Amino acid sequence: MTRTRVFEGKTDYIQILDENGNVDKALEPQLANEDLDVMYRLMITVRQFDRKAMNLQRQGRLFTYLPVEGQEASQVVSAYLLGKQDRTFTMYRSHGVFIARGFSLKQMFLMWMGTEQGGKIPDDLNDVPLEITIGSQLPQAVGSAMASKILKKDSVTAVYFGDGATSEGEFHEALNMAGVNRAPVVFICENNLYAISVPRRIQTASKTIAQKALAYGFEGVQIDGNDVLAVYATMKEAVEKARAGEGPTLIECLTYRFGPHSTSDDPSKYRSKEEEEAWVKNDPVLRMQRYMQARGIWNEAYEQQVLAEAKEMVDKAFEEAEAEVHVEPEDIFKYVYAEMPENLKQEMEYLKKVEEEKKELKK
Amino acid sequence: MRDEMAKMTMIDAINSALRQEMERDPTVVVMGEDVGKNGGVFRATVGLQDKFGEVRVMDTPLAESGLVGAAIGMALSGLRPVVEIQFSGFIYYAMDQIVSHAGRMRTRSRGRYSVPMVVRSPYGGGIRALEHHSESNEAMFAHSAGLKVVIPSGPYDAKGLLISSIRDPDPVLFFEPMRLYRSVKEEVPEAAYEIPLGEANIVREGADVTLIAWGSMLRQALEAADGVKEKGVNAEVIDLRTISPFDFDTISKSIEKTGRAVIVHEAPRTCGMGAELAARAMDHNFLNLKAPVVRVTGFDVPVPLAREEDFYLPDAYRITRAINQVMSF
Repeated sequence: MTRTRVFEGKTDYIQILDENGNVDKALEPQLANEDLDVMYRLMITVRQFDRKAMNLQRQGRLFTYLPVEGQEASQVVSAYLLGKQDRTFTMYRSHGVFIARGFSLKQMFLMWMGTEQGGKIPDDLNDVPLEITIGSQLPQAVGSAMASKILKKDSVTAVYFGDGATSEGEFHEALNMAGVNRAPVVFICENNLYAISVPRRIQTASKTIAQKALAYGFEGVQIDGNDVLAVYATMKEAVEKARAGEGPTLIECLTYRFGPHSTSDDPSKYRSKEEEEAWVKNDPVLRMQRYMQARGIWNEAYEQQVLAEAKEMVDKAFEEAEAEVHVEPEDIFKYVYAEMPENLKQEMEYLKKVEEEKKELKK
Repeated sequence: MRDEMAKMTMIDAINSALRQEMERDPTVVVMGEDVGKNGGVFRATVGLQDKFGEVRVMDTPLAESGLVGAAIGMALSGLRPVVEIQFSGFIYYAMDQIVSHAGRMRTRSRGRYSVPMVVRSPYGGGIRALEHHSESNEAMFAHSAGLKVVIPSGPYDAKGLLISSIRDPDPVLFFEPMRLYRSVKEEVPEAAYEIPLGEANIVREGADVTLIAWGSMLRQALEAADGVKEKGVNAEVIDLRTISPFDFDTISKSIEKTGRAVIVHEAPRTCGMGAELAARAMDHNFLNLKAPVVRVTGFDVPVPLAREEDFYLPDAYRITRAINQVMSF
């Protein structure tokens, strides 16, 4: 009888820019000032969009909204490293990914205004509509990555999800398929420590989420998700690895949503004020500011200018979206099939008639 | 039994039913995402974890299939789990466990085992929620053997039907119309009471047309019935209450009297419960019918997003139109 060790694994944690602004020079990615400027502006735009959306929801002009404030770095910086030929699969809190991928702010407002027209994917983008159900996008992303391998396309797939999604069977099925097929996919888990109210310790008994990748035969790494340099360096390596045909990576970004899960949620029921305040001090935007300041490319005047530009873009986008919102009975029938079947045509005609009759009655 | 009454919303009534059943029966456990510390996203389970502890009121990992599968295992082992699926569109993850296993365990074990489990879920539209939050999927489960499907139409029914569901020996899907969670209050007995499963409720008597509805559609049907009354049409309004197995006897007797039927549901038209009820009317009431049975339903499309959901949801106007249609024969 023999007993030998058949597997031993390790999972690393990476932080390059710490909370006090110190940089690990050995790990620091070589970033041009222009890259930092673009990424910073994107992060500020995301934050302004997010705050505007929250305000609009409170005024009743949007319905449900799910804020992203606090998680901008892991989304914006990772998406910034993808090319046009690449593809993202996202979730309901991925506003930063959408903005970094080049979705118009107007389109995003239309989406969160609850219109069918908001779902339209612009013709010049290759990304897939966001998922509301948890973890469903993961196997789809793996399939998309497998297709680019089969079709010999130079396209990497990035898929975004939260800590809660890692409990769904689909997460495990997806990672397994990705591992078996060495699919060119990057799994980006934004671990914001809570699935609505449920803390991470109830989600999984394992020490990290990153280590789950080991069981599926590929690398997982845990990073400081509020550290733009760690996100940049890790994502860059994962994308290059996928592009080179060396398979998938799981990146667990430790981060925190500053706000509620959604506009219907009250986080004071499950999080302490102290915890929230500590994380606000760990704001990825502030940390990036400090880094840029040390490099001599951030100051108050720059900040005011970036902020003003972002605000203006966001305000203008909402005005345009509001002017464009329209709902028609056709909207809900038009895209169910390539060719509308008879039953839908009948239902659509019936609804149009009913809506006209109602309008007449109101007169 | 005490006969004290209290004004309750549907959420209060559900909470009261859960609390009382947990007090009465130590094998009743509540499990789901956010049901413990947070008290549920709609607050249906608020206070239960404080009272009964983390063992009997469990916050679970985010895994609907695992959750329902584990509940089946618990039910096979002497517990009575009440599972909360946060929104009806999230129930599909657990489809295999519900349809292929919960509903078949009694048959499969030739009566040796049963699955006394309740799966609660908010359902239906009307609160301008996100995609997958407003589905009406009762017909999918009514189509599956071995499951019971129950839908309350108000606070009083919610409490009595939920208590009966928890005490029932078979798996019950309990769909709660979320637009009614807080929008109506009713006098509800403080003490526990049962409303039998499988019995429809004649909410209003009438001789001219039978209106059949459930869940939030009952209120729309009643509004339409009020409207046509002014024109001399007396509608009999029936709340189906249990979607499967349903009480066609009550409906059949009503159609014998009225000769006309309008069925209202929020779920899509094709293969919805309306189709089944209309077919039963053909089986049992063919010679009583003075007009074709008419359905007022959602459409065969994905439930529209928030701003367009009013296009989809049947309302009193559309029901009135259908009543006029059957009265024109």
